[in-house]
Amino acid sequence: MPSGTVSHGASGRLRGLFLVMVLVFLEGSVFTVAVASSDQHSPTTAHSGGHKATDHGSHNNTGKAFPVLDLNYENVRVPFEISLWVLLASLMKLGFHLVPHLSNIVPESCLLIVVGLLVGGIIRGTGETVPPVMDSKLFFYILLPPIILDAGYFLPIRPFMENLGTILIFAVVGTLWNAFFVGGLLYGVCQIGTETSSILSRIGLLQCLLFGSIISAVDPVAVLAVFEEIHINELLHILVFGESLLNDAVTVVLYHLFEEFSGIGSVTLLKGFLGVISFFVVALGGVLVGVLYGILAAFTSRFTSHTRVIEPLFVFLYSYMAYLSAEIFHLSGIMALIACGAVMRPYVEANISHKSHTTIKYFLKMWSSVSETLIFIFLGVATVAGPHDWNWTFVTVTVILCLVARVIGVVGLTFIINKFRIVKLTTKDQFIIAYGGLRGAIAFSLGFLLKKEHFPEREIFLTAIITVIFFTVFVQGMTIKPLVELLAVKKKQEAKRSINEEIHTQFLDHLLTGIEDICGHYGHHHWKDKLNRFNKKYVKKCLIAGERSKEPQLIAFYHKMEMKQAIQLVESGGGIKMPSAVPSTVSMQNIQPRPPTKPAPERAIPQLSKNKEEEIRKILRTNLQRTRQRLRSYNRHTLVADPYEDGLSDLFLKKQKMFQIEKKLKEMNTYLTVPAPPPDSPTMCRARLASGKHTDFKPDQVQKGNKMCSDPQAYSIKPASNKVPMIQVDLASPQSPDSVNLLDEFGQANQQEEEEQGLMMKPPSRPREAKKPSEEDEAKDPQKLMRCLSDPGPSADEDEDGAFLP
Amino acid sequence: MGSSSSISSAHLLRLYDRFESLDRDNRGCLSPDDFEALGGLAMNPIGGRIMEAFFSSGQDTVDFSSFVRILAHFRPTDRNRNKEGAQQELPSSRTRKLKFAFQLYDMDRDGKISREELLQVLRAMLGLQVTEEQLQSIAERAIQEADLDKDDAISFDEFKKSLEKTDIDTKMSVSFLK
Repeated sequence: MPSGTVSHGASGRLRGLFLVMVLVFLEGSVFTVAVASSDQHSPTTAHSGGHKATDHGSHNNTGKAFPVLDLNYENVRVPFEISLWVLLASLMKLGFHLVPHLSNIVPESCLLIVVGLLVGGIIRGTGETVPPVMDSKLFFYILLPPIILDAGYFLPIRPFMENLGTILIFAVVGTLWNAFFVGGLLYGVCQIGTETSSILSRIGLLQCLLFGSIISAVDPVAVLAVFEEIHINELLHILVFGESLLNDAVTVVLYHLFEEFSGIGSVTLLKGFLGVISFFVVALGGVLVGVLYGILAAFTSRFTSHTRVIEPLFVFLYSYMAYLSAEIFHLSGIMALIACGAVMRPYVEANISHKSHTTIKYFLKMWSSVSETLIFIFLGVATVAGPHDWNWTFVTVTVILCLVARVIGVVGLTFIINKFRIVKLTTKDQFIIAYGGLRGAIAFSLGFLLKKEHFPEREIFLTAIITVIFFTVFVQGMTIKPLVELLAVKKKQEAKRSINEEIHTQFLDHLLTGIEDICGHYGHHHWKDKLNRFNKKYVKKCLIAGERSKEPQLIAFYHKMEMKQAIQLVESGGGIKMPSAVPSTVSMQNIQPRPPTKPAPERAIPQLSKNKEEEIRKILRTNLQRTRQRLRSYNRHTLVADPYEDGLSDLFLKKQKMFQIEKKLKEMNTYLTVPAPPPDSPTMCRARLASGKHTDFKPDQVQKGNKMCSDPQAYSIKPASNKVPMIQVDLASPQSPDSVNLLDEFGQANQQEEEEQGLMMKPPSRPREAKKPSEEDEAKDPQKLMRCLSDPGPSADEDEDGAFLP
Repeated sequence: MGSSSSISSAHLLRLYDRFESLDRDNRGCLSPDDFEALGGLAMNPIGGRIMEAFFSSGQDTVDFSSFVRILAHFRPTDRNRNKEGAQQELPSSRTRKLKFAFQLYDMDRDGKISREELLQVLRAMLGLQVTEEQLQSIAERAIQEADLDKDDAISFDEFKKSLEKTDIDTKMSVSFLK
């Protein structure tokens, strides 16, 4: 597939593009042929099927030859067509990125709608009826949930909660305002502006209001599709996006309300009151259902430590069931899905393995991406297909009213909201919020669901909805990017958080909570603190497996950073100095210890002669090579967790090479005594060589207790858990050849009592404070030494444990 | 109190009411016991430090003006709007807030956060849940990230720099005090 050749320049791209085009045409033609042949073929297949049924193995009466090659399309028709559609969507996605500048100018959603139009046009052009792809059931139960789940699972909780008030006001009040404004004015226009016999004047108030409620909801799919490409700052993104998610509750209530009323035909005050109550029921009920399923999922994930393979499935299943359960009771399925994803995420992620986490992430992204693509294509196809009734007045008035309502709504609400916000929303922000109110496929599907009996003007509605969607997606979608540039709206910042930020943010949180206590003001921080305490005390104990439940957030963050750094180190090929010198000594207890297929490490090795050392090195080398072999028995049921299998083997190879270079260097310095290398760290052993110490390699615990550490540089920092045999993999420091030379000055065979003598690799310019060997200094010593002697390797805890060992 | 940090009279009244309610024995000033009577502060990991910040320069009572002066650090600031309408933080307010936070770290007032001081804060925040080695590694890493002049301690400028991406004005504001 040409995707690999993209990097090879323009010719590769053109070739790729050409191939994609050919494939698309092929597919389109296969499609039409399939659609056509399905009608022709069904009689014959039924025929031959009948024959086969009556003549079991005996000669056919009709004298037809035994069909060696038969065409039986009917059986696979539905899955085949579905696969074709998905393939088309994926190829389109691929193709857009091959064309050089297209994706910069036109957002993907527009291109996909155009493709849908084309496909629809082709199908119609061949005389076939366009398949009714925008079936509401398909949309609401298959296409929409992955996108919403993806959004909910990866929802940035902190900015969402901080702006929850604003988001809610926009979602609820804003949507209500939009619905009534558009509906009411539309009704007025229909009554006033046209003759009484025209079709428009027959549209009742309720119908107009229903139409208004359908068209006024900002669509999360469209917002996601467009906003993802413009990278605006987090605040605006979460405001518009949060609004698009939460207004589902309002839309559901209004839709059902007006649909009921149109059916019955009478409105009473009681019913209106019930409508208001039903809004709360729908919204809160949806959230409750979501939270319930989220807790269930978190609880289930607590026990999955032995069946890691199906962990992602639980996440998906529980979320989907939350959605469907909410839909049963006419509650807001979208809110249920969001709540479920957001609630279960912190607990599930603490429980599942690294690979499952990656799987969940990629599956969600994949499904949501395909869904989104399909939705837009189907929108295009449905435009070609759907029965249309174009009414100039209605359509133009709708478009104008939608825009006007949105602007007035946003400006008015911001005015009120800004009185309560600390960070005010500027005019620019308001403009982006108003401009980002895109409508999308949800509106269309809701319109499609309308029953013809209650709504004779259904086609007019559908046409108007499609026009509004096209307008917002094409016009607003295409122009928002240059407008963002023009108005110099703040863009999304680099998300890399340092550990300092994390520490200080927590510190400030505590500080603000304290200040709020002093002021007697139960503000934001107070409740957040209470929630955190509750979470820590009760919830985490239930929902997180094992000891990770006690792990504070800072530690988890620190782990993540170390892991990231480790991966970076591996990818960058090692040998590069990293700023942080201390290898992570914190054990991550959720990584499965590998079943001991290899013997436990030798921990105490007496001092060796050079020959023995050679032997050990050879053994190490052969074992390094052994790690490159793939898992011999791939058994689906026993997938062992080994996060960095591939990266590790590369790393080991490189280290091997460096090791050999270092060895050559060391040959030259033969007068250095050769202490025993620890079996699990070639570089550490090299470093130790360079330091010229006699070392008896004692296990951690002994070292920790021993103030006069025999080898303070290596492992006294490690915690006392020995269940997971760890490997300290340190990369070669380019400094160390120098350090070897430097060491000549310091002589050899230092006694442990000497403080820091001979271990300082840096030139003596570094101030050496004479410290008493207090415990604190012993702790500090190793850190300094670490910094001197070696660059930190990846955090040892995640490495393969048994790999190195003879 | 400078013009940019003056609190409106309505809020001052509220603060005075709060001051009086905290002052249990009605001496017109607060003593450490009054602060400790606040349950929330007692549970707060850095409650002790916050308390000490109120008692400046060796005195053991806090009168109302000092009370307000300290709390004024947390006043939400009005942002300057320059021509493009972009919001700028008043640099002085941000620095003032950061300075206050910095002083809570730097207990011995030497202008730097040493490793030991950082360790103390970490120990207070993380409590008994982590081992000493873990704390050491985190502190080590934090210092290395932030310490640009390699003096093994975090100065105020380095502290400021490490928080440059955080919106301090929002984070360190209590709307009560507008």
